[in-house]
Amino acid sequence: MPVALKIVIAGGFGVGKTTLVNCVSEIPPLQTEESMTARSLGVDDLTGIEGKTSTTVAMDFGRITIAPELVLYLFGTPGQDRFWFMWDDLATGALAAVVLADTRRLETSFASIDFFESRDVPFAVAVNCFDGHRDCTSEQVRTALDLDPTTPVVLCDVRQRASSKEVLLAALEVARVQAAHRMAAPSSR
Amino acid sequence: METGRHLRPYAITGGRTRHSRHTFALISLIVARSEHRTEDGHLEPEAQQILELCRARAVAIAEIAAQLDLPVSVVKVLCGDLLNDSLILVQAPPGPEDQPDLELIERVIRGLRSRL
Repeated sequence: MPVALKIVIAGGFGVGKTTLVNCVSEIPPLQTEESMTARSLGVDDLTGIEGKTSTTVAMDFGRITIAPELVLYLFGTPGQDRFWFMWDDLATGALAAVVLADTRRLETSFASIDFFESRDVPFAVAVNCFDGHRDCTSEQVRTALDLDPTTPVVLCDVRQRASSKEVLLAALEVARVQAAHRMAAPSSR
Repeated sequence: METGRHLRPYAITGGRTRHSRHTFALISLIVARSEHRTEDGHLEPEAQQILELCRARAVAIAEIAAQLDLPVSVVKVLCGDLLNDSLILVQAPPGPEDQPDLELIERVIRGLRSRL
């Protein structure tokens, strides 16, 4: 049996998560749906659709076969904040994560960054430069987001496969460094 | 109608939203035990479809859900039933306590560099 690993792609609605996943995935664009059952509806704002017993949440989903026995799955988080309840299942056991940010509304990235920091999921921040506009530097983004010095900030264009690949590699590099530290000092964790 | 579309999946599972005995992660891998199609009259058509999908290779729960256009929780329930019937093998992914080792991460990095 192969080993399955996953990388989670987070970020605000419309920031380019779907594009990134589809750009690097070897399978056609797929969306995985999860149902919210009546139990979760209590905390949700579904004003106006009373009587509906369930709704669905779609997650972008992709696959990269690294080797016949090693498969990497990519999951885009649901865009809306009200689907936070799904994030634990998404993040549990993730090899790494990417927070995709849009400089025009950086504040939409704060929640994702807090989430991954609090759960010790290695992550990189990727700034999607729409139409090639690099209107800020990675250092400005780092300061604005109050990032740890070890968290990489990558300027990218997620429509380009090579650029999206660099984003994934940046996140994996954080995971690699953390794993190397664990090996060097196993008792500290 | 939207509502109807989502009620139907739970009719497949007999109203269950989770399996009583087995839990699966989004990337738990499923593979059919038998290489050959077996006609099993008591299986739901959707459970039979899962078996077909997982015949040639191991497929993640999330991918099965996407391919069959079913909610993840429904696929988990159906896979729980298939596991009860010993029709599938399941490979659970590493849990939160099994942090990935350096060698594995380096393999992924090398693989990604050479593949994309």
